[in-house]
Amino acid sequence: MNKSVVFKIDGVEVTATPGQTIMEAADEAGIYIPRLCDVEGLDPQGSCRLCTVKVNGRSVSSCTQPVVDGSEVENNTLEIQCYRRDLVRMLFHEGNHLCPICEASGNCELQAMGYRLGISKATKFPYLQPVRPVDASHPDILLDTNRCIHCGRCIRASASVDGKHVFGYIGRGIHRRVGVNAENLAKTDALLEDKAIASETCPVGCIIQKRNGFCTPVGKREFDHEPIGSSIENS
Amino acid sequence: MKKKKLATVSLAGCFGCHMSLLDIDERILDLVELVEFDRSPINDIKKFTTRCDIGLIEGACCNEANVHTLIDFRKNCDILVGVGQCAIMGGLPVMRNAIMHSDDPLRECLDEAYLNSKYVYNPSNEIPNDPALPLLLDKVYTCPQVVKIDYQIPGCPPSGDMLWRALTALITGTHFQTSYEYELIKYD
Repeated sequence: MNKSVVFKIDGVEVTATPGQTIMEAADEAGIYIPRLCDVEGLDPQGSCRLCTVKVNGRSVSSCTQPVVDGSEVENNTLEIQCYRRDLVRMLFHEGNHLCPICEASGNCELQAMGYRLGISKATKFPYLQPVRPVDASHPDILLDTNRCIHCGRCIRASASVDGKHVFGYIGRGIHRRVGVNAENLAKTDALLEDKAIASETCPVGCIIQKRNGFCTPVGKREFDHEPIGSSIENS
Repeated sequence: MKKKKLATVSLAGCFGCHMSLLDIDERILDLVELVEFDRSPINDIKKFTTRCDIGLIEGACCNEANVHTLIDFRKNCDILVGVGQCAIMGGLPVMRNAIMHSDDPLRECLDEAYLNSKYVYNPSNEIPNDPALPLLLDKVYTCPQVVKIDYQIPGCPPSGDMLWRALTALITGTHFQTSYEYELIKYD
């Protein structure tokens, strides 16, 4: 039962333990699969679909799909990169992502994914410019849903790590957004120390710690010099 | 090599991208060896004197004059390049479209700017409505929403190095998007 699983990612042989997901095995092998809704320490959700790979020709999300012995996984192919580029473009277009005024700029995973995937060509999608609320009621925390990409990381962190269930989805389809389990954020039991509020939980600038903005100068921010995923590729 | 013709303009923007163009520093001497500026604030020529090879657009469209200027650029330039966040996705001007959370964002924006803000001194209590002022659009439109844009250079503003790299690639006919370096392209 403990026999290791051997499969290939883009022709490179990878050895994994049974039950591991493709993403976990790829991370250990130093192969980066782009992702936005998945982060270490939280259960995978498989919702952003950025980590989609093809296993024996079928598309699956690599953060939820267990490894299969002898399978052939396509990750860094032109077709899949084009899909990923379009997915990131659509995330940019669905929200109000104004990098020049965002406190998360330079540390934002969505922005970094744009850089990594080389999104610089003229757009083919319309900007939806949705009207979304900003909740600044909490003394230490700001919730700006204009920047939310619905990764659900705050929801999972609040439920499974903090045990508070502060965040949850409200609405459906294009109108879905992250909301809190009270009238506003100030009336919840959210604290600055919560995992859901930690800077590594929210990939964008949706959950902001107040009085902490723009504290890192340009050039020293997380993704200023190396693309997102470099730490996995260089490990 | 025959000099290429270059035109630039700022629509609803802050002129930061033009300032950034000046940040190419002494390389501007190399640039004028390669291009001849036509309609541009750099030389203060206000109307096209000839068809241009490259047009650089900074800023979004927030009034009808911006739209006319942009359409004029599209007609007179072979390659049109959107420069900076405002041209590409609206930048700061586009904030008046949605983030104000109003059913009538333009009206609320004008009321706040000229009537209601406690920092405004406006004895006539009127919103400027001189016929000479360009008509404001219902919302701010990005350049690709109005005309076809061939290339875009993201950044607020793009760095001088980025503009230099993109311009020299366009002038020499190489595909400049493949020549980006990671640290040159920034959305912020």
